[in-house]
Amino acid sequence: MRYLPHTGEEIDEMLRVVGAKDLDDLFSTIPKDCRRTRDLVLPGPLTEWELNDRMDALSAQMRVPPQVKTFLGAGSYPHHIPEAVRQLLLRSEFYTAYTPYQPEISQGTLQAIYEYQTLVTRLLGMEVANASMYDGATSLAEALLMAIRVTRRKKVAVSRLIHPHYRRVVETYLLASGHEILYLPALADGTTDLSATGDLSELAAVAVQSPNFYGCIENLAAAGETAHADPKTLFIVTFTEPLAYGLLTPPGEFGADIVCGEGQSLGLPQSFGGPGLGMFASRNKYVRSMPGRLVGQTVDKDGKRGFVLTLATREQHIRRERATSNICSNEGLCALASAMYMACLGRTGIRELARLNHDKAEYLKAGLKAAGAEIPFAAPTFNEFVAKLPPGFGEKHARLLEKNIVAGLPLETYFPELRDHALFCATETVSKEDMDALIKEIAS
Amino acid sequence: MKEVIGTTGLVMNEPLLWEKGVAGRIGFSMPRRDVPEAPLDASLTGEGPDFPDLSEVDVVRHYTRLSQWNYGVDTGMYPLGSCTMKYNPKTHERQAALPGFVNAHPMLPASMAQGILALMHELETCLAEITGLPAVTLQPAAGAHGELTGMMVVRAYHNDRGKPRHKILIPDTAHGTNPASSALCGFTPVPVSSSARGVLAQETIAAVMDEDTAGIMITNPNTLGLFEENIRAIAKIVHDKGGLVYVDGANMNAMMGIVSMGAIGVDVMHLNLHKTFSTPHGGGGPGAGPVCVTEALAPFLPVPRVVREGDAYALSYDFPKSIGKVHAFYGNVGVLIKAYCYILSLGKDLKRVSQLAVLNANYVKERLKDTFHLPYDRPCMHECVFTDKNQEAHKVTTLDMAKRLIDYGFHPPTIYFPLVVHGAIMIEPTETESKETLDSFIAACRAIATEAAQSPDTLREAPTKPKVRRLDETLAARHPHLAG
Amino acid sequence: MKELNELILPDDVRFTEDHEWARREGETVRVGISDYAQDQLGDIVFVELPEAGSTFGKGDEFGTVESVKTVSELYMPVGGEVVTVNEELVDHPEYVNTDPYGKGWMIEVKPDDLSEMDALLDRDAYLRQLEG
Repeated sequence: MRYLPHTGEEIDEMLRVVGAKDLDDLFSTIPKDCRRTRDLVLPGPLTEWELNDRMDALSAQMRVPPQVKTFLGAGSYPHHIPEAVRQLLLRSEFYTAYTPYQPEISQGTLQAIYEYQTLVTRLLGMEVANASMYDGATSLAEALLMAIRVTRRKKVAVSRLIHPHYRRVVETYLLASGHEILYLPALADGTTDLSATGDLSELAAVAVQSPNFYGCIENLAAAGETAHADPKTLFIVTFTEPLAYGLLTPPGEFGADIVCGEGQSLGLPQSFGGPGLGMFASRNKYVRSMPGRLVGQTVDKDGKRGFVLTLATREQHIRRERATSNICSNEGLCALASAMYMACLGRTGIRELARLNHDKAEYLKAGLKAAGAEIPFAAPTFNEFVAKLPPGFGEKHARLLEKNIVAGLPLETYFPELRDHALFCATETVSKEDMDALIKEIAS
Repeated sequence: MKEVIGTTGLVMNEPLLWEKGVAGRIGFSMPRRDVPEAPLDASLTGEGPDFPDLSEVDVVRHYTRLSQWNYGVDTGMYPLGSCTMKYNPKTHERQAALPGFVNAHPMLPASMAQGILALMHELETCLAEITGLPAVTLQPAAGAHGELTGMMVVRAYHNDRGKPRHKILIPDTAHGTNPASSALCGFTPVPVSSSARGVLAQETIAAVMDEDTAGIMITNPNTLGLFEENIRAIAKIVHDKGGLVYVDGANMNAMMGIVSMGAIGVDVMHLNLHKTFSTPHGGGGPGAGPVCVTEALAPFLPVPRVVREGDAYALSYDFPKSIGKVHAFYGNVGVLIKAYCYILSLGKDLKRVSQLAVLNANYVKERLKDTFHLPYDRPCMHECVFTDKNQEAHKVTTLDMAKRLIDYGFHPPTIYFPLVVHGAIMIEPTETESKETLDSFIAACRAIATEAAQSPDTLREAPTKPKVRRLDETLAARHPHLAG
Repeated sequence: MKELNELILPDDVRFTEDHEWARREGETVRVGISDYAQDQLGDIVFVELPEAGSTFGKGDEFGTVESVKTVSELYMPVGGEVVTVNEELVDHPEYVNTDPYGKGWMIEVKPDDLSEMDALLDRDAYLRQLEG
């Protein structure tokens, strides 16, 4: 096997040094009744070339773009990824390194993560960002737990227009630790009803998503004001499409205390939902309550600039059960990818790309409307929106799948009241031609 | 010793991203605009984030230079204890990047995603075979995430029986993630000490296990690199009181084909695919932490689960006792693909992986035990733990020796862990290191021990060869500077 | 690390077994950590203190002190109300290292029962504990 360098002679020589008579003898400290009596039954071993065939075959069983035209967003977005990003990520000094525990030989990772933290704060209008969480959903759950710690309150208010999967993860996390969730309903325009928060003095946080699951841009100024009507309550903004903040006013400018969400859009392939990138940003005053790793700038013995993992006393390996989170491995390489992507775009590029996303979605929205769909929610949107299709949409959706078109995400599963509604997404990756084809199908 | 492999080379200085670039540059090929500009309420838009404008060349040089300041498994031996830094096969990068996988939206109808669902189902079957635990979730994104998921399952199991429990036993050798993960589920960790032999004694467990204790979290082999030889008896004590046995599988690299965890009384365990199954650690992640459980605990696993219906695969949410979801979608699928490829490439030879990992660790232990103090002089599993006791007289610490190893061209071992060993040096060579690499590592350690006696200042000043010297961590923590 | 004979152990303070010191200053008691404690912890990077006005019993945890890689709890040498906290430590945690009994003080307590001071260790008893 090409990954195992030992020759028979070397094994014999090493066994002699160790004082074992054969490889089995190395396990003599394991009681007999703990040892396996039969061999593993596993597929393989395959040669490299057989593996290629096997994996090519599995990949070929997938019906995905470009063969299929998908108009799906809902937390995972198709965007073009520069080949430069893809190849730089294959620098194996990055991808075969561990967490940077030895800073002298990890300055590449450390500076890159420091830059990532900085770009995230600039994108979201915040003061401090961590080195990443697992994904958007867990970053929201951790944000709510942080608010609970900071305020010592037990209850959180969460918009019902937050991605339903995120809400499910939040429930799993918060209910396991004995907390209470109050859901804020939707208004007719597709934004969150902030009047439903009730007694704010009980709430650790008010959390909304923007753009929300309907694609609607929330009124963050009003949400922030509502949350901050109680001076202790934290205002949390989450997101699934960070590219929106290339164009929209960032949540930090509305006084958000924590901004967190999914960074997949920024240079990561969709990869059936993972790995993603949990982005997490907050205010300096809360830094010691934040979960996750932080990279800080310092100097070396000769006074040269360098970077280290810092404020580690918050973390599990030191504070154990009193840590701010149990997170250890995060999504470091995904954070690196997103920093590379943001660096490629720059301020000029991200704005133009975000604008293009908005305009594509508006084109599709107008086209569907002309084709007989209704746009039920009046609030402005970024690159996805809800449309109400003529009755019988379910069958049409299924028929279009046969034609290799995924006509949005039917919403009835998530919101039973939204029968014949679907969430459509159009990014820079869909062409006018593709959109025209969909519009034509809907109209027919 | 032969020529020292660590040397210096031409390493470039490189400023921070925003210290470079000129407004108006771009490193991205902007897609052609084929739709008209649509109106957008100006009150919604900002000025755009304050990113530097860089060309593609600027970006490529920046990250290439940064990468050269790093040390990875591809650079050299990385014997970081408990982290299993084995070689990451190149073919895995090809497989995970296949268009059918990377272009797959997670909410595609199942009929369009059969390839990846089949892969996930088969990977679950393989992990069940390796652990001896029949039901598997692939959703957790890292080891600690797996622990949390596993402990949620334990909690749900007790609650479902109408008998919520509040405590959990955790040995003093455990990773910090264990108590932190249990605390997130509302459990109070009860620390238990290991015996003078470095393993848990059944009497210790019997004395503390009661009917308010949900179970025990054991790392096996433990963080001293020793197999918990009383595991069956301990499992019986815990089960007799209605508790469950959780095993932290961080050290599974010693156990494949050797021990079936299900057969020795384990109810729940997580695996670290980025350790045992060779998916790259990525400088901090992404990892994957699948959780394997007994049939009795299967109903509590996260949803959705991959199910087989005839010849087709689907994702099912129809598990009413499930703890819920722990990830927005199905976990780190890109990582799962690599682990699957690793298993396919090795098949039953995974047992040989564990054998050689244990051989390498014992070889290093035997050849260094006259150089460093070995607190538990017994056959070890995949890693061995030394201390700096022999060097104390020269006022040289574990940290100094670790830093000096860098100058010799090696990544240092894990240091100061486990906490129960003062000045610990925890070495996990892994099976992918050859005898000659181990010999040169051993020679470097011996040379450093000699330096500790003869020129201790060389060690205190180390390292001198990397781009930067020792960094001021106190300054970083006193005056946090976390964004530029 | 300092040898025992290098430690500064003033006569005008009392010590706890957990290495806090307490000094009577009129009606109140000033509290900090001993030279031994700061030396063992190494460079102090952060001190977390309670809000003035909080009350604690003797032996209760009132805060934490952090070095780069450790967190240690701080315990009340005497019960009572915290009347002042040393705000200087926010920007200068190093005072705990450089002047543990002076600029590195942490809180000032109005004790419920001044006689609790008598139960604390004097210099010699504390030194004996360290030697022990």
